[in-house]
Amino acid sequence: MIGLSHYLAVSAVLFVLGVLGIFINRKNVIIILMSIELILLAVNINFIAFSAYLHQVHGQIFAMFVLTVAAGEAAIGLAILVLYFRNRGTIAVDDADMMKG
Amino acid sequence: MTAAVFAFYLFAVVLITAAVMVILSRNPVHSVLWLIVCFFNAGGLFILLGAEFLAMLLVIVYVGAVAVLFLFVVMMLDIDFAELRSGMARYLPFGLAVGGVLLTEIILAVGSWQAGAGVPLFDVLAGVPDGMTNTQWIGSVLYTRYLYIFQAAGLVLLVSMIGAIVLTHRQRIGTKRQSIAHQVARTPKNAVHPAQPGVGQGVEL
Repeated sequence: MIGLSHYLAVSAVLFVLGVLGIFINRKNVIIILMSIELILLAVNINFIAFSAYLHQVHGQIFAMFVLTVAAGEAAIGLAILVLYFRNRGTIAVDDADMMKG
Repeated sequence: MTAAVFAFYLFAVVLITAAVMVILSRNPVHSVLWLIVCFFNAGGLFILLGAEFLAMLLVIVYVGAVAVLFLFVVMMLDIDFAELRSGMARYLPFGLAVGGVLLTEIILAVGSWQAGAGVPLFDVLAGVPDGMTNTQWIGSVLYTRYLYIFQAAGLVLLVSMIGAIVLTHRQRIGTKRQSIAHQVARTPKNAVHPAQPGVGQGVEL
């Protein structure tokens, strides 16, 4: 019998993989954006699992809002990426040092 | 092993495997394709949980729009990806350490967690209320209780659309464009210059 904890485990592993993806692909912004998508997907699985096991619909609605924000974030992120590549000719995160941060 | 249990493990294992391939793939195009596999399998999990509407939304919005957007951008940029991956071996131990710590923390936190008093956490999945589909159920709450948040979500999408257009639109300098206002404003008075030169004389333009 598949319970809530099974879904939470899958979601936790997916979340950690997303964080790991950000760490090991430090130079490639595209993979970092994909890792953020993975993290948001893990959050969505959490929301929907709780929604299903609490017999309530609110989790699904919040998952929908997360989906909305993720789509907007991907659009803006990729637009910034294209702009950055156009100006600098690279997408390495380490090269974004104009503000001496 | 029932079909539902088998389906859960199938979707979960493929989902995790595809997520690993997303972050380890050598070629970002392959990463995007693995991401699409991820979304499909997450959609499968959503269907197992009874959230069909969200599953279809995931496939349509993510696979249909976001993943294709990623694919466009990856193929549009002319980048030496081998060079970008050069630091991976250096960051891997640190990343694994952070990931291991995070996973341990999550397991400890969720393992000791219990539903609060008065919160009924059921062991079995419930279907939708009688006489409703999943989509109707979502709609009946989304358009009443969460109406303003729903509107705000639409606003978020509008702002992100305008933002993406403003960011990537560029005015090229030096191209010749048709100026319709200029054309329409042109009248015979400022376009024609009547002249009646005498014999042997030129016309001054």
